Amino acid sequence: MNHLVIAPVLLPLFAGVLLLLLRSILPVRVHRTLSVIAVAGQIGLAIALLLRVHSGEILTYMLGGWMPPFGIVLVADRLSVWMLLITTLLAFLALLHSVRGTDTRGRHFHVLFQWQLFGLSGAFLTGDLFNLFVFFEILLLASYGLLLHGGGRLRTRAGLHFVVINLAGSTLFLFAVGTLYGVLGTLNMADLARQVALVPAEHLGPVKAAGLLLFGVFMLKSAVIPLHLWLPAAYAHTSAPVAALFAIMTKLGAYAILRVDTLIFGGGAGALAGMIDVWLLPLALLTLVIGMLGVVAANALRQQIAYLVVASVGSLLTAFALGSEAGIAAGLYYLPHAAFTAGAFFLLADAIASRRGEFDDRFEPGVVLADRKLLGGLFFVVAMLSVGLPPLSGFIGKWMTLQAALPHPSLPWIMASILGTSLLGIIAMARSGSVLFYRAEAPSVDSPPVRDGTRTRELLPATGLLLLCLALVIWAGPVDEFARATAAQLLQPEDYIRAVLVP
Amino acid sequence: MMEALVALVIGVLTACGVYLTLRARTFPVVLGLTFLSYAVNLFLFTMGRLTIGRPPIIHGTAAGYADPLPQALVLTAIVISFAMTAFVIMLSLKAREELGNDHVDGKDDA
Repeated sequence: MNHLVIAPVLLPLFAGVLLLLLRSILPVRVHRTLSVIAVAGQIGLAIALLLRVHSGEILTYMLGGWMPPFGIVLVADRLSVWMLLITTLLAFLALLHSVRGTDTRGRHFHVLFQWQLFGLSGAFLTGDLFNLFVFFEILLLASYGLLLHGGGRLRTRAGLHFVVINLAGSTLFLFAVGTLYGVLGTLNMADLARQVALVPAEHLGPVKAAGLLLFGVFMLKSAVIPLHLWLPAAYAHTSAPVAALFAIMTKLGAYAILRVDTLIFGGGAGALAGMIDVWLLPLALLTLVIGMLGVVAANALRQQIAYLVVASVGSLLTAFALGSEAGIAAGLYYLPHAAFTAGAFFLLADAIASRRGEFDDRFEPGVVLADRKLLGGLFFVVAMLSVGLPPLSGFIGKWMTLQAALPHPSLPWIMASILGTSLLGIIAMARSGSVLFYRAEAPSVDSPPVRDGTRTRELLPATGLLLLCLALVIWAGPVDEFARATAAQLLQPEDYIRAVLVP
Repeated sequence: MMEALVALVIGVLTACGVYLTLRARTFPVVLGLTFLSYAVNLFLFTMGRLTIGRPPIIHGTAAGYADPLPQALVLTAIVISFAMTAFVIMLSLKAREELGNDHVDGKDDA
């Protein structure tokens, strides 16, 4: 038993409860400080866990001391902790952006933010399929509140669609979980992996149906074509820090796909091994292409970034779909890059939109921006990251994916999609950059652009996320090594199963 | 016989739920989601097999036992779907107020 494993789940839960109880007593400043400290502590816990699992050890925590497979078990392996670290870093910088004013535009922002982290941490750490459903619901309920935070007509409409489609998704999740339990008699993921291999031929049908239903739900969460239509409106109309935090939500779906694909339906699953593989690669490539077409067609910056998120899910799942150690490692390198870049882009778009007044983030020639050199420079860097131009992390991720794809039979399709969409991305980014920064009219003499030191400070969180991407470039060697070790661990589910079931 | 009847009930509930969820006004959509959650709760319950008059614990004098786990799962699912229904009702009311009508896309003419 190692209590460190449950700490990242409990810390945001208690922080949220504390913030809720003390809301009327504490001044806003203390409230914000507590929230930031809690998330910083969460980063510390993620790093502490990373140091423990780095060696390949798999930590387990039996809730209530119930022996698996009968009780719920939390499992921290390299993949879980990697996801946890990415989430907490992204959340920290999104939170720093929100304390500049977004958080007071509605009630309970910090409480919901902490509980969103509670749900995310739990979903990454749990080793039980029904418990995964519960944590999904926790983070979704918090995300509904965060999405609607601040209110507004378009936000409410996008929120309604987001809530209804996710509720339908939850129902499908329960059908899948129920069927798996009905046939296999267990919900512990390690035990499921063992039972799937032993399933008699006459029961293969229901198990396969349940598995595909499960993947369908995860694809809905990660916005894979054709289940992506909820994402652009929801992400484009919510507030900037929330959109930045939501950059991790699609990655959660990708995490769930990777986990279930390698653990339950992995190499040892007998007749059902790799049953998703025929679907995953075509859908991932299609997501990449359609997402990038959306980027080209977008008529506002936030909408464009939302489609970039869809396209990045396509790239990520393409890497995972290769199924090889190199492919999964490429995906695990690309994942933090995609999350940080999308987060930084949303925060930057907020700064740009707030300086354009009535033009907001629409692609129309507007006013010359205040701080245009700084904003333009940051936009240039984020755009390069998003489309994967060298020498930044997007390029390294795509290069690793392409290299991993070389022995794959579908290489021409993968090559064509990744390189073609990169070109489309460059064109779209060049166009939006020139509309926003070059085709602006000089302001009239009466209203010179406002220069204000406090307003450039709001760009610090976005810059922080870009520095994290830079760190991914500088320490690409160690990160790649870790990603490869993680992929190797995922492709050997026996270790995971043994760690959970033989304590 | 009992299995067929329960399966039929789940099927009808699901069909109603899907149909209503695809409607264009928020009230039928909320009802549809409720129907779907009823269907899935019943479905989860039956996944422990249908047994009558058996205790949910292993006991020496009992002839058999009912699987207690699906009952715990259903309880969790009911609580969650209850909270979600409450939330989606509030959100629909808010949408009705802000968009001026109860169409899911905020259009009045449909």
